[in-house]
Amino acid sequence: MSRPRLEDRLRERVAAKRKLLIPYVMAGQSEDWLETVQAIADAGADAIEIGLPFSDPIMDGPVIQEAAVLSLERGTTPQSVLNELGRLELDTPLVVMTYFNLVYRAGLDRFAGRLQEVGVTGCIIPDLSLEEFSGWEKAAERVGIDPVLLVAPSTSAERAKAICERSRGFLYAVGRMGVTGERDDASLEVGAVVSKVRPFTSLPVCVGVGVSTPEQAAAVVKVADGAIVGSALVRRLLEGGGPEGAATFIGELRSAIDSVTFDA
Amino acid sequence: MSEGSAAPMAEPTKAGWFGDFGGRFAPEPLMPACLQLEEAFRDAWADPAFHEEFEEVLHSFGGRPTPITVCKRLSEELGITLLLKREDLAHTGSHKINNVIGQALLTKRMGKSKMIAETGAGQHGVASATAAALLGLECTVYMGEVDTQRQALNVFRMELLGATVHPVTSGSRTLKDAVNEAMRTWVAQVDDTHYCLGSVMGPHPFPWMVREFQSILGTEARDQSQAILNDVPDYVVACVGGGSNAAGLFSGFAESRSQLIGVEALGGAAIASGIPGVLHGMMSQILQDEQGQILEAHSISAGLDYPGIGPEHAHLASIGRATYATADDDEVLDALERLSNTEGIIPALEPSHALAWIMREAGKKIPKGSTVLLNMSGRGDKDVAQVREILQAKGRFQ
Repeated sequence: MSRPRLEDRLRERVAAKRKLLIPYVMAGQSEDWLETVQAIADAGADAIEIGLPFSDPIMDGPVIQEAAVLSLERGTTPQSVLNELGRLELDTPLVVMTYFNLVYRAGLDRFAGRLQEVGVTGCIIPDLSLEEFSGWEKAAERVGIDPVLLVAPSTSAERAKAICERSRGFLYAVGRMGVTGERDDASLEVGAVVSKVRPFTSLPVCVGVGVSTPEQAAAVVKVADGAIVGSALVRRLLEGGGPEGAATFIGELRSAIDSVTFDA
Repeated sequence: MSEGSAAPMAEPTKAGWFGDFGGRFAPEPLMPACLQLEEAFRDAWADPAFHEEFEEVLHSFGGRPTPITVCKRLSEELGITLLLKREDLAHTGSHKINNVIGQALLTKRMGKSKMIAETGAGQHGVASATAAALLGLECTVYMGEVDTQRQALNVFRMELLGATVHPVTSGSRTLKDAVNEAMRTWVAQVDDTHYCLGSVMGPHPFPWMVREFQSILGTEARDQSQAILNDVPDYVVACVGGGSNAAGLFSGFAESRSQLIGVEALGGAAIASGIPGVLHGMMSQILQDEQGQILEAHSISAGLDYPGIGPEHAHLASIGRATYATADDDEVLDALERLSNTEGIIPALEPSHALAWIMREAGKKIPKGSTVLLNMSGRGDKDVAQVREILQAKGRFQ
């Protein structure tokens, strides 16, 4: 099915002065995971990251690792969850997040084609560095998938410029040095990383890694265009929150983020 | 991907490719650290003062050069001339000391005060803790929880040397997961911490840098075998997990007529059973399923239980410059026992794989009368309790 193109939709929303909320769910984590995707879309997500589980996720902390293990134990394969996603009627752009070996194993063009067939319009591959990006960049471009790149607090200005020039969809700004996971807000380095990339791009800049609470999300969107929330949501799902619990949490994040927009 | 390097075992391309293997598949937060490390290594490796310090520490502290021993009785029984490069006599009991001294000196040169390392059997962890103690660095070693139980004495050694051992409880709780956890930690602490990777693997510049630090053993072995044989050996043989001892040895003979043979554990044979893929920052031959999920490696030797292999080995295999074979657990035990009682040397389980291949192929793939150099990469002390248990269970010893 066709869904809105990631970058078009996010740019429209930013132009309309809406701050962006991008939650992350692990595909296949539980039987009702698709209902969760639907529920968080209805609760106000602007785009949704869909994690395809990988056995060795080096950019992820313990919560997302646990969800990946659960999903793999349930027999999840990239194709099985993509097929399920294709059946979803949804007006929210979907962004797949996974590791490069799954993409490479399927074949770059074939993998991009599969995403396109099921209506995924963006893709994040955290272990694919700028240096090794060009093959995937071409494969994604051919079928209209936006490949999203990361900028970290450690990234130099020169490197940030090169990354900004080639990222599509949005720019994923890593909010703190570390892997995914919930943190207290003291460690977020949002201001510095966002101001580092602003001069080089008109893309929406969304901050992830360590954004866990409505308060943190609100603080993030004071400087950035959007907040990405992964582990805090996945933990609630691991604890049995289900689609309803997920929707409640996304609702809280949404209100916190929207209050910032109205203040501004 | 880039075109291959000119000569076998030349420097990789600027992006870290050995032919179709290698590269730098690291998350962006780590990329600046990889680039900084490459620059620091290039600078150090071009500096005669760094080489001088590296070699001096390995001489006065590490016990280098290690000798070559010509096996008398076993050579006669096998109908070949068997030479052993005695890395088991280096400080901490294996070749691992070469790499950690290099990386610890580099850590100081970069102005960092902490080192983290992964370990499987514990050899690289003990070596890292040793180098850190020598140079006054803070050291944390990541070790799969399963391995901390299998190698409890090595955990104690590391602690005695002042290191902190962090048991890893994710995934299969073995070496692969220890690497994952060390990389995750490095992402968070990259400002003041160097990741002292233990083998010729990971993102560029690690595979190249570790080979360069280990090439000291290959250079020595080439000069020593020349003096003994008046020639290079016909065969140059080493065990391969990630492949650092083999890379160091092969580098001394890559441009000679010697046949280079790497021996993997049958249950962790990335060249024989793996296919190209990306793990731990590198493109290499990787054990994986149809979807690309990484498989566990299983053998008698924790040091070889790794589902990948250094990218340069994948390259050497693809261009035919080196050949990779396997040995199974039973052959390995036989080899360990036979070297012990014919030559008075108890080898570690890892080099026993390479010896097992030599014993199997002497008079077959290895023609009678050949000269064969084996890298005795580590001593067997760490393995005797495990070997005793297995041999007793087979009714071989009381």
